[in-house]
Amino acid sequence: MTAAPRRDTGSLLALLLLALVAAPLGAVAWRGAGLTLGPADWAAVRFSVTQAALSALISTLLAIPVARALARRRFAGRGALVTLMGAPFLLPAVVAVLGLLAIFGRSGLLNSGLQAIGLPPVQIYGLQGVVLAHVFLNLPLATRMILQGWQAIPAERIRLAQSLGFDPADTFRHLERPMLREVLPGVVLIIMVICLTSFAVVLTLGGGPKATTIELAIYQAVRFDFDLGRAAGLAMVQLAIGAVAALAAWLLVRPAGLGAGLDRDTALPAPRGWRLWADGFALFAATLFLILPLLAVVIRGLPGLTDLPATVLPAAVRSVLVALVSALLTTGLALGFALAAARHPRPLIEVAATLPLATSGLVLGTGLFLLVQPFAPPMTLALSVTILVNVALTLPYLYRVLLPEARALHADYGRLADSLSLTGWPRLRWLILPRLARPLGFGAGIAAALSMGDLGVIALFAGDRQATLPLVVQQLTGAYRMEAAAAAALILVTLSFALFWACDAGGRRAAA
Amino acid sequence: MLQLDHLILTQGGFRLTADWSASPGQRIAIIGPSGAGKSTLLSAIAGFFPAKAGAVQWNGQDLGGVAPGQRPVTILFQDQNLFPHMTVAQNLGLGLRPDLRLLPEDRTRVDDALTRVDLQGFGPRRPAQLSGGQASRAALARALLQARPILLLDEPFAALGPALRAEMLALVREVATETGALVLMVTHDPEDARALGGDTCFVADGVAHAPVETAKLLADPPAALQDYLGRK
Repeated sequence: MTAAPRRDTGSLLALLLLALVAAPLGAVAWRGAGLTLGPADWAAVRFSVTQAALSALISTLLAIPVARALARRRFAGRGALVTLMGAPFLLPAVVAVLGLLAIFGRSGLLNSGLQAIGLPPVQIYGLQGVVLAHVFLNLPLATRMILQGWQAIPAERIRLAQSLGFDPADTFRHLERPMLREVLPGVVLIIMVICLTSFAVVLTLGGGPKATTIELAIYQAVRFDFDLGRAAGLAMVQLAIGAVAALAAWLLVRPAGLGAGLDRDTALPAPRGWRLWADGFALFAATLFLILPLLAVVIRGLPGLTDLPATVLPAAVRSVLVALVSALLTTGLALGFALAAARHPRPLIEVAATLPLATSGLVLGTGLFLLVQPFAPPMTLALSVTILVNVALTLPYLYRVLLPEARALHADYGRLADSLSLTGWPRLRWLILPRLARPLGFGAGIAAALSMGDLGVIALFAGDRQATLPLVVQQLTGAYRMEAAAAAALILVTLSFALFWACDAGGRRAAA
Repeated sequence: MLQLDHLILTQGGFRLTADWSASPGQRIAIIGPSGAGKSTLLSAIAGFFPAKAGAVQWNGQDLGGVAPGQRPVTILFQDQNLFPHMTVAQNLGLGLRPDLRLLPEDRTRVDDALTRVDLQGFGPRRPAQLSGGQASRAALARALLQARPILLLDEPFAALGPALRAEMLALVREVATETGALVLMVTHDPEDARALGGDTCFVADGVAHAPVETAKLLADPPAALQDYLGRK
């Protein structure tokens, strides 16, 4: 059967990815076993969970009024606003942090205002800053997921409610509250998982005994104390917490569509009066909260573009290369998995495409550091390791984007292609690439942008000559060279979205 | 010769047996109630459905391990017989070379086949620009190019009106005569069986009965077939 070699390729790739994830985990377990956690480590565990829980709860609570306003109001620019809500998923965290510093930082907009009216300044560093940045990054995701819940209320039920004369309070009690009860736990969990593994935000805004997460503690153990045993032990703890949270989220939640339009017309009643004003305020406040920091990066960064530090351009080139290679590898791997799994359910592939969700950049990074270090200076492999970790961590998203498309393709044309002996390269060339060009382009764009903006494992490995652009932005921010940091951030965010746009548009154009 | 040798197909609670043979040039309609297993039988011959026991043989060779594309079989499905992102000419070209590296003489053959089914000049179009009848004819033209010894039709004309369907059946007869192929056609309409000419295999109650001359079968149907046809 011609199907046999294909099946083996799928399994082989799955085993390869499993090895890539399992080997570092094994190294971490080997080295970290027997470590007893000190009080500082327990503080890091507590802070990790606290900040993640607070970030998730606040993001979700704030997202409810915004999602409701988007669900029941129709206005010019609504589509643009929904699209804007999709953007922070691809926004490099270092850029978000820089923007928030410009608004909420020591000499930021808010404190200047407070000072002018004689009030004491607010402090952005510490728990409140970490939570603020996480809310900024995840409020849009929460809004989109909750908005999907609103739009999933069947139109028939809404019509029935209207014919029964429900007022807004009745609608909330009988339609909206049951929906929220179903959707919200998943939203909270997903955002908690994201915040548990967040690194770039905590690296800049956290720190010190009171605001150190496990991820940050791992980084400090490797970079400053060179205590690899302790780093490995902490990585074990992070893995355990991450695995529980990720598996819970995976079991409970269907992931929200990353790029879907969400502009289906619903018949949700749009009450007048004070509720109209409340909805308007929610949308206005959310937009301001999301736009102002980005605007600040642009305004601060533009003048600095003419006087960039020498480190920026080489770092930009490195980042683009890393992003392109990661995107190519991730997309290829995800496509191979999706095509194999579309034919028959494949538990091995399912495991390989889910396991990375339980890990984090720093956990895999520590493991790879332990594996590499006896043989070569880790610095020399910084970029390759970054690519590998990016591939492993982005693959689960891409696999979920491509799997339904591959299933539909198989159901519609699999038999016809088989009966025509359309196999191997011709099948890829004439059937799969043209039919899947759109999701492939979209997926490659996501992979490229995420990889471009990621600051995680590279911070463990890189010296000055291996720094990627997010690392340079972070270093400039840490050195309070805000104008140069903003200029570099501007370049970073432009490149990230340009890569996403180029891949996505390329896919659309190639789509048959 | 196609031989269904004590063939048993099962899926969940479903079970179908067939034990008969058919020779080149024969035209067999497969009729029976929906869910009886007509399409499953075709799928098994085409290589999409593994046999539980017994074998599908062609000229004495067991086709069990042979991939669908390597079997001496052309199949037309109920729908999705053309790739929508390719031109009509490319769709036909796949019947000659799946990698579409077509030589000038291949292109000539594609044009000839299109002319044969009255679609001259339609080569550069996309399937979406064809009517249902034209799409069916394009698929038949590809079968003509493939010229494999067995032609399987899984109700490919079910969505067409009566006049078009009669026209397509006439075309099937011509194609079969030209290629000398054995035709097996699933239908739920005894009129289609009559129009195809030849024999009919009745599928019901888990058995695909050996084909019998259609005219004779319909003139004096056995009890189960009478129930299906709804005649007293």
